[in-house]
Amino acid sequence: MIETKFINLKVNDQLITVQNGDRLLSAIKKSKKSVPTLCYDERVGPQGTCRMCLIEIKRNDKLEYVASCTYLAEEGLEIYTHSETLIEYRKTMLELSLSEINWDEDSMKKTELTNNEFSEAVKEYEPTDYFPKLKKREVAEDLNPFIARDYDKCIACYRCTNICNDWEQASAITIDGRGQDSKIFSFFENKLMNSDCTFCGQCINTCPTGALSNKKIEIKPEIKKTKTKSICPYCGVGCGIELISDGKKILGSTPDFEAPSLGSLCVKGQFASWDFVNSKERLTDPLLKNKEGKFEKISWEKAYKVFSEKLNKSIKDKGPDSTVWWASARIVTEANYLLQKFARTVVGTNNIDNCSRT
Amino acid sequence: MVGRGAMTNSIEELAGSRLLLVTGSNTTETHPVISLRMKKAVKNGAKLIVVDPRKIELTKWADRYIQIRIGTDIPFYNAVSNYIIQNELYAKEYVESRTRGFEELKNHLKMYTPEYSAKICGIDPEDIIYTAKEYAKASPKSAICYTVGITEHSCGSYNVQSLANLGMLCGNFGMPNAGVNPLRGQNNVQGVSDSGSLPTDLPGYQKLEAPGIIEKFEKIWDAKIPKKRGMTKITAMDKMISGDVKFLYVMGENTIISDPNANHAEHALKALDFFVVQDIFMTETAKMADLVLPASSFAEANGTFANTERRVQRVRPAIETPGNAKTDLNIILGLYESMGKKHKLTEPSDIWDEMSSTSPLFSGISYKRLEKEGGIQWPCPDENHPGTEYLHKDQMESGEAGIFSPVDHIEPAEQTDSEFPFVLSTGRRRSTYHTGTQTGKAKGFDEIISEELVEINPFDAHRLSIVDLDLLKVESRRGAVFAKAKLTDKSPPGAIFMSFAFPDTTRTNDLTSDAVDFITETPEYKACAVKISVAKI
Repeated sequence: MIETKFINLKVNDQLITVQNGDRLLSAIKKSKKSVPTLCYDERVGPQGTCRMCLIEIKRNDKLEYVASCTYLAEEGLEIYTHSETLIEYRKTMLELSLSEINWDEDSMKKTELTNNEFSEAVKEYEPTDYFPKLKKREVAEDLNPFIARDYDKCIACYRCTNICNDWEQASAITIDGRGQDSKIFSFFENKLMNSDCTFCGQCINTCPTGALSNKKIEIKPEIKKTKTKSICPYCGVGCGIELISDGKKILGSTPDFEAPSLGSLCVKGQFASWDFVNSKERLTDPLLKNKEGKFEKISWEKAYKVFSEKLNKSIKDKGPDSTVWWASARIVTEANYLLQKFARTVVGTNNIDNCSRT
Repeated sequence: MVGRGAMTNSIEELAGSRLLLVTGSNTTETHPVISLRMKKAVKNGAKLIVVDPRKIELTKWADRYIQIRIGTDIPFYNAVSNYIIQNELYAKEYVESRTRGFEELKNHLKMYTPEYSAKICGIDPEDIIYTAKEYAKASPKSAICYTVGITEHSCGSYNVQSLANLGMLCGNFGMPNAGVNPLRGQNNVQGVSDSGSLPTDLPGYQKLEAPGIIEKFEKIWDAKIPKKRGMTKITAMDKMISGDVKFLYVMGENTIISDPNANHAEHALKALDFFVVQDIFMTETAKMADLVLPASSFAEANGTFANTERRVQRVRPAIETPGNAKTDLNIILGLYESMGKKHKLTEPSDIWDEMSSTSPLFSGISYKRLEKEGGIQWPCPDENHPGTEYLHKDQMESGEAGIFSPVDHIEPAEQTDSEFPFVLSTGRRRSTYHTGTQTGKAKGFDEIISEELVEINPFDAHRLSIVDLDLLKVESRRGAVFAKAKLTDKSPPGAIFMSFAFPDTTRTNDLTSDAVDFITETPEYKACAVKISVAKI
């Protein structure tokens, strides 16, 4: 069998190339205009349940409707994603979703910096309150410190349970009940702290509506904030994170889905990457120990003066090898490079090491 | 030995391995995101063998869990290699064309029969045969992953060599989804070594003693460089006590809490004439300093980190340093100026360019590319090179044949006896990190674990009439600490586990031993002898 490595097809008359084995959704995502995907997370593959990514295939002048997340790409296919029928269809589907949840302007703002797929779809298709509101989902108290559950915004897309079971393989949560009685549930008492949950936070990040959210991040909508891509400050895996900041403090962080870590984080990267940065215990001034052994705040000018005097004295009295310099596995490479160069070229010693042994 | 302390292969590749041999690595807790790729591999049909004294969480996914006695890695892996050689399961062509010293290894390993080693390791000989057969069968897509359970022993570098021998025997170097992969523990542990912050190496692992290297750097830096090797951290501590070292500058490290035998470390630092600490907190170590310089956290830093798979990634500032604190880079630029040697380049990207120009490992990596392409894995010799997913392709990075290094079993330096009958291993848990200066300040984390716990096997606990949450006194020849008991079969009988993340109440490293690896000087955190009793209140 000869395998074609690439497949060419047309999305809304735009020529797109994808790899053999890719689904139509990959082609659509590469095109100018994408479709909403409420049950889809690339990492666990297609579920084909929300039906929002339904598109038209034009074959022999006939139209076929398929879910683009599950349908395999074929050579020469012509597909359309935004016909009048499809736009009306998606609007109705969203109206059905809205009938089972509580959704307003605030809900839109709340997901501004996290997964906003549902609010983007609402913005694009402008659904109305056409259908009568269904019975509210039951609310369950869970006193864990990290993950908030708001069943009132759950559209039962199952992304949280899929990511927990298939990707993390923690199997901490499942869906209990059917229809409006369905809710996320964890064994045995529906308390995450007593379950197999490791608080990796992946369920929060995949949830398209904000039904699951980070309890530790509370941002008032009116605050102007920025996102900065960086790297998690813990182990050597180097997962990508995005820091949310108001310019003065770090307000929280979300995973960077474009990094090689594919949006994965552990409990530390997800929930512990900013409290220490904002801590009141941070050092803010150079400190010099006085004769009584107490620290006194000094200026940088004085700090450098004391530093150079003491260093010069040590070099003069006992030679450059009487000084030792320890670089850090917690600090950017550039600063470490400068420190070892300083020890070698300014002081004149190779007594430079780092904490990788300990 | 075949290389440097970095993964030979990439994290993502693990998902495509046919067999994963995870040893001395509590991956789901210490590298949770790497464990996801391991679980994915298992889902894809790969075999997972876990060899570890502790019955860690990852064993839930394992086809076979082999509980060896602490510090018996060498007899285990020697026997696995021996079985593979004796039954001709090794990669003959690979061994002939890409390695040296096979005959010596073959002869050396003869005594390590499954029965001989199984007795030392406290396991069934069949476990060794199983590992050998499965590892060889899945090669060259067998990946070994290890962490400090392998290296934090007085024979740590020998442990690594026994793994490297096995890897080479079955042709798992220079192949995708394979390799011998250390999973490293700190966000920039790779980058700090890359930067030349080592007593023996200039940037890019270029040895001081290698011909022409010092001259090359003297030209680039336009300054003289001393020829004599520097001191490692562990040696420097001893030289502080002997009075040869008088001045110490520590950047971003809580030495007193993280180093072994904390009392010894404290004693050493007290002997200094002048001690400077550059940090973001008044750590236990900073408290001992004469001068403390307020620095930047990662959220204020501009530069790069390199991860365990050699990937250089950009770190970008989201906020400014608090008060009068400065970025680490600016603090050090100030040091140059204070000595009348102002550093010409001041921008992180220019400093990176200077560093990368010194070594073919990084010379193709620039900030411009990192912005455009995301992280790039070294070696990356020129700007058109895509970076390197796995090392040793076609030939060993050294350019020479891979050398088999026969090694022998060495017991941990400090043995248990009737007075100190338990072996203590230290390490990390998922929700606490290192000395706790960062996780200790994160809200909510105390609800997961709020204090140090002594993980002890229920069998031992029963024998000593210890129940869950009893306050215990744990004592070694060097010190004593208090912490509550946690009964768990994670700990094998005769061994206990503690972290060192709660130094305010439990300074675990008061207990650990001075023994270090005789090559790398890595402390033997995984084995020291202790005694346990219920504390009298």
